[in-house]
Amino acid sequence: MADLKTTLLGVPLNSPVLGASGTAGYGPEYEPFVDYTKVGGICGKGLTLHGQFGNEGARLYETPSGLINSIGLQNPGVAHFIDVELPKMLALKQKYGTAVIANLGGHSEEEYVEGARLLNGSAVDIVELNISCPNVKAGGMAYGVKAKDAGAVTAMVRKVCQKPLMVKLSPQAESIPDMCKAVEAAGADAVSLVNTFQSCAIDVYRRRPVFENVFAGLSGPAIRPIALRMVWQAVGAVRIPVVGLGGIATGRDALEFIMAGAAAVQVGAANFADPRAMQTVAEGLCALLDELGFASVEEARGCARG
Amino acid sequence: MNVPNCKWEQAPVLGCERLAPDIVRLTVEGPAAPAAASRPGQFYMLRAWKEGEGPYLSRPISLHDADIANGRRRFLFQVKGAGTQKLAALRAGEALTLTGPLGNGFDVPAILHTAGAGPVAVVGGGIGTAPLLYLCRALAENGRRPDFFAGFRDVPYGLDAFAPFVGGTALATDSGAAGHHGLVTDLLAPERYGAVLACGPDPMLRAVAAKCKAAGTPCLVSLEKHMACGLGACLGCTVHTAGGPRTVCKDGPVFLAREVF
Repeated sequence: MADLKTTLLGVPLNSPVLGASGTAGYGPEYEPFVDYTKVGGICGKGLTLHGQFGNEGARLYETPSGLINSIGLQNPGVAHFIDVELPKMLALKQKYGTAVIANLGGHSEEEYVEGARLLNGSAVDIVELNISCPNVKAGGMAYGVKAKDAGAVTAMVRKVCQKPLMVKLSPQAESIPDMCKAVEAAGADAVSLVNTFQSCAIDVYRRRPVFENVFAGLSGPAIRPIALRMVWQAVGAVRIPVVGLGGIATGRDALEFIMAGAAAVQVGAANFADPRAMQTVAEGLCALLDELGFASVEEARGCARG
Repeated sequence: MNVPNCKWEQAPVLGCERLAPDIVRLTVEGPAAPAAASRPGQFYMLRAWKEGEGPYLSRPISLHDADIANGRRRFLFQVKGAGTQKLAALRAGEALTLTGPLGNGFDVPAILHTAGAGPVAVVGGGIGTAPLLYLCRALAENGRRPDFFAGFRDVPYGLDAFAPFVGGTALATDSGAAGHHGLVTDLLAPERYGAVLACGPDPMLRAVAAKCKAAGTPCLVSLEKHMACGLGACLGCTVHTAGGPRTVCKDGPVFLAREVF
């Protein structure tokens, strides 16, 4: 049996398979379906400093090979997370060894910084800085398009953040290599990519866009080959670890990202289609590594780059 | 709250019948224990296609009825799109994938406590009658056969199954095809009841809630929203409530009417 154990930013992981932010809840939601001893960690739902209801109107739209969502970072706020949801994530970690990754969004640089400051005092293992949410009008992805803006907000958060800092990137970035280099130079310890692709749907019966924000984020198998291309570019651009995500639903999907050089992968929308997805990916990855004669994830990592 | 017996399983289909051109009743084998523990008003995420085949998501369908002794579950649904078309095409012996039971469901002992000595009214609109059969069965088994108010757009379906468990049935149709020509809410007098339990389209639920509020009668409504996961993870089905944002899938689908309307 191939060894799936690995580490990310010094944090030991059961496997390189993580639950992606916004698709795995805080972890307990999937406990009846997933053997978490095979899952590396959970990225919690995206937080904002003060918490918010999220978007009104339609939030979901199914596509032929994926899902468009417009949740709008519904979350209870950082302080509530630390008091109520984090203990549940820590209880899972205690039982199964799943790393705790807090995903932090924001509407302003001040909010990002204050959120990161609050998380310093918590037991989270890694902070994933979300500069890529396409569904929040006045923020989120605003920092994820231009490398200069992303570098600036990363640097501000880096100054206060005492946790390992992973910056989650948007596929809407003008240039993935430039974006990766900018956040690396600003002090990011890792990058994760990609968040959802900005997309659109129109309700022909209502003659109006499905979503109140008109545009919303596409995820699922439809985006996987594009996400893989971007992960390949990121690995080529920086020395820090690159965590890959985008439509991963099987062990083979995960291995493609790992062979492209990803340090770990996240399973996102697939959790919705099949509540066992994180386990399915981890077990499929193990079986495929065995079949191909790899003794560990490390052996396979980046091998496609020659 | 998801009950502890919530699980992912595959079960053989025992039958699939059309009750109306777009209404299908699916009977699925199920071990007796989970069926015994599922509450009326709970639902399952159903899937009759493989990963990688469309549609991408599973379909949330409420439990219509459960025969605990024989380990059989029933689902009643309206064929609306690609997912329900595939579910409707299932034949006996084919496999169905189920995740559930999910959601809070109706807490029958608590409802009877609230209703006190008063009778209970159950109000359904269209396919919203689907989860109410198991609810009426549970109420009857607890010694309180409810009065059933059913509204349909046109020709009613599925009403025969309710007869053993309800005191009386009041019927309304938009078309006048059967019963009162008008809205089911026209027939409801909430002041005569200790509790009113409703499932149906939002306008009907709002009307029921308003009447109950005016009469001072406790009212529970079961809501429907698009869902991706059914587990409280995607937050796609969130609604405003008096207590803050709540998910229909996990915190609901059953809510106190005064908290959501």
